[in-house]
Amino acid sequence: MFVAVEMVDTVRIPPWNFQRQLNDAIIEELNKKLANKVVYNVGLCICLYDITKLEDSYIFPGDGASHTKVHFRYVVFHPFLDEILVGKIKYCSQEGVYVTVGFFDDILIPPESLQQPAKFDEAEQVWVWEYETDEGAHDLYMDQGEEIRFRVTDEVFLDTSPTGPTAATVDAPQPGQSTAPPAEDSGQKKEAPYTLIGTISEPGLGLLSWWNS
Amino acid sequence: MEVKDANAALLSNFEVFKLLTDLKEQRKDSGKNKHSTGQQNLNTIMYETLKHLSKTPCSRQSPEIVKEFLTTMMPHKLTKAEKLQLLNHRPQTAVEIQLMVEESEERLSEEQIEELIQTVTDILPGDPEQEIATSADVVMDQAQ
Repeated sequence: MFVAVEMVDTVRIPPWNFQRQLNDAIIEELNKKLANKVVYNVGLCICLYDITKLEDSYIFPGDGASHTKVHFRYVVFHPFLDEILVGKIKYCSQEGVYVTVGFFDDILIPPESLQQPAKFDEAEQVWVWEYETDEGAHDLYMDQGEEIRFRVTDEVFLDTSPTGPTAATVDAPQPGQSTAPPAEDSGQKKEAPYTLIGTISEPGLGLLSWWNS
Repeated sequence: MEVKDANAALLSNFEVFKLLTDLKEQRKDSGKNKHSTGQQNLNTIMYETLKHLSKTPCSRQSPEIVKEFLTTMMPHKLTKAEKLQLLNHRPQTAVEIQLMVEESEERLSEEQIEELIQTVTDILPGDPEQEIATSADVVMDQAQ
């Protein structure tokens, strides 16, 4: 689930923090910058793992703060392809089942990756697995809050950095990654910078209660 | 900012759990500045990640247990990713093992899968509540 990512960055320490130990000030600045943020093509940053190298600190003309180049490792949430994860069902929609792991919400299991045959119950807004046995079909509901085991099949990184003022064109709809309801009028759909696509169409995957004897 | 290596090392859930617990202890002692707006993100992600990890088997592991587990796993010739998943999930059934170990039907015989489940159950500590429930069931069956 987690990886250690090696990064290099120049950290700026303002003069009012000079009385602190350099290491502590740098750790705080790095966490302030990266914790709970998604780095493009890397993953969701959790917290600093360690500092591997500190270069000399410089003060530049015009700015009283010190600038230090820091080599460090950061703990990043970045599940590898085909990894098995356990999360909770957030809600279901026509687009599939949305799963969350608490600290990360944008996980989608599209309808074709559900245990087949599956149907969407419009009244209760849940996906249902129509499990066939000799006695007839059992309807297994995928309710909100249920624990679900799934396999990661794909990841999508979107560059959500601000575009310039002239880029007023509406982007082509990204393939179903938005978690905002489609009825939004403001025109600005909130796109998740990092989305995971999963599957539960294998024996052992799906709600934990389905497989616990 | 530059990313030197996006995959420098795989971390087990236990390592991240330990890191966050130690960080939480440290921040508890430092007192006032953890509530400043800049620290909110770190607080949120730490809280949520600890909440999620405390419900997984990694919360009951220790460095010695992990080391013992990996040494015992050596003869089975599993890949790093497979051993990591077994460590993080503590599978109890053959179905779960088949999910985490690729081509388990070809690489492992039925006895080896049983052996794997036994090793995982013995070395990695399980959920004490769950174990009380299952041992109660066993006692009930025996009493009948």
